[in-house]
Amino acid sequence: MSEQELRVSKIENGTVIDHIAGGQALNVLAILDIDGSRGEVVSVGINVPSDRLGRKDVVKVEDRELSQSEVDVLSLIAPAATINIIRDYEVTEKHRVERPGAVTGVLNCANPNCITNENEPVASSFAVLDDGVRCIYCDTIIRDNIAQHIGGT
Amino acid sequence: MRHDHITSAKQLSREDILTVLDRASEIAADPESVSKKYQGSLLGLLFFEPSTRTKMSFSAAMKRLGGDIVDMGPVDHSSVKKGESLADTARVVEGYADALVMRHPSEGSAQMASEFVDVPLINAGDGAGQHPTQTLLDLYTIRENAGLDDLTIGIMGDLKYGRTVHSLAHALTNFETRQHFISPETLKLPRSVRYDLHDGGTEIKTHTNIEGILPELDVLYVTRIQEERFPDKSEYREVAGQYQIDAELLAQASDDLTVMHPLPRVDEIATDVDKTEHATYFEQAHNGVPVRMALLDLLLGETNE
Ligand SMILES: [Zn+2]
Repeated sequence: MSEQELRVSKIENGTVIDHIAGGQALNVLAILDIDGSRGEVVSVGINVPSDRLGRKDVVKVEDRELSQSEVDVLSLIAPAATINIIRDYEVTEKHRVERPGAVTGVLNCANPNCITNENEPVASSFAVLDDGVRCIYCDTIIRDNIAQHIGGT
Repeated sequence: MRHDHITSAKQLSREDILTVLDRASEIAADPESVSKKYQGSLLGLLFFEPSTRTKMSFSAAMKRLGGDIVDMGPVDHSSVKKGESLADTARVVEGYADALVMRHPSEGSAQMASEFVDVPLINAGDGAGQHPTQTLLDLYTIRENAGLDDLTIGIMGDLKYGRTVHSLAHALTNFETRQHFISPETLKLPRSVRYDLHDGGTEIKTHTNIEGILPELDVLYVTRIQEERFPDKSEYREVAGQYQIDAELLAQASDDLTVMHPLPRVDEIATDVDKTEHATYFEQAHNGVPVRMALLDLLLGETNE
């Protein structure tokens, strides 16, 4: 077993997010709203040597399996990331994140005057562009610091 | 047209636009032909912010089709004041009318409300967002006066906040146009609009003054630069003064130049332009009625058949 595989399979149950672009691990945690406050065990590797990326970040979250919408939005800040679902020390699922056509209920619109920021029974929804996301309600484009808009309703 | 709701000019294809404009031309030529067509039909008006003119224009359009209107009235007197969500308001009033017209101060409000109703909903302005019927009447006016293909248009004034400008510029990407944008640096087109225009393959040029480009234009679309955009009043006066036109300036323009404005104007078009052949802004406002009649006819006709 190589050192790489060892890193990925060390936890008993949970999710390993591998091949995150170097420096994005903390934004990944922000997207997942993980700050350790619920007692979950989180390990973060930053600037781990990688054949594919040169340097990569790795995040391991124990006892939590990522939902599809969480995976989708990770692709916006960590397009090369791979998701490994671990059960009983085994990788039971492994998938690449894919750029979704739309991201719903994850990001808050950057436009304070957008209807999705009011008290209406509607989830935010963004079309995914080549280089950002665009609110389907008010057309506002978010390109930079997408992680800052995580919150969702 | 296959649309249930008209929330944005962006959803309209070239074919959709031409369908509405052709119908508007037919109605303008023979208003009697439709004057009783929608007897017994009701148009619900939901204006969450005041807009006397747009509301009158829609009311006139519905009544000239033989139908009638039901009006929510001012927000002060409605359930909205008591904190009802827009989604709930829309779901209640759709039971009162055969189609709805809505104006609301938040961007995206019409799109959201349309997701909650089955009757056709027309956006009459959502904050700084879309105002598709204004766009259609602008396109109608341009077609009547200058034609929509092989058109050179200049759009001048507040290009940053002006929703009529964003909608019109986008709709014109369906036609063969050269678009010139004339504004101060601080009020130039927002990124999202430029993105769409590039996407639509339109040739765009930006200018900070009108003089150089004026002789080339077939249409000059003027909008108001609002004082509240400038924290510094003296800066406002200096900037706004550079984006005003008068008859003397228009002497440099082509004889066929069509001058448009969504109105109301204040001083960005001097009154001495009114009596020139260029002035088309009052005709433009009047065109709102046949264009809205055509749109209502296409939307209501589809549900009737
Ligand atoms: Zn929005």
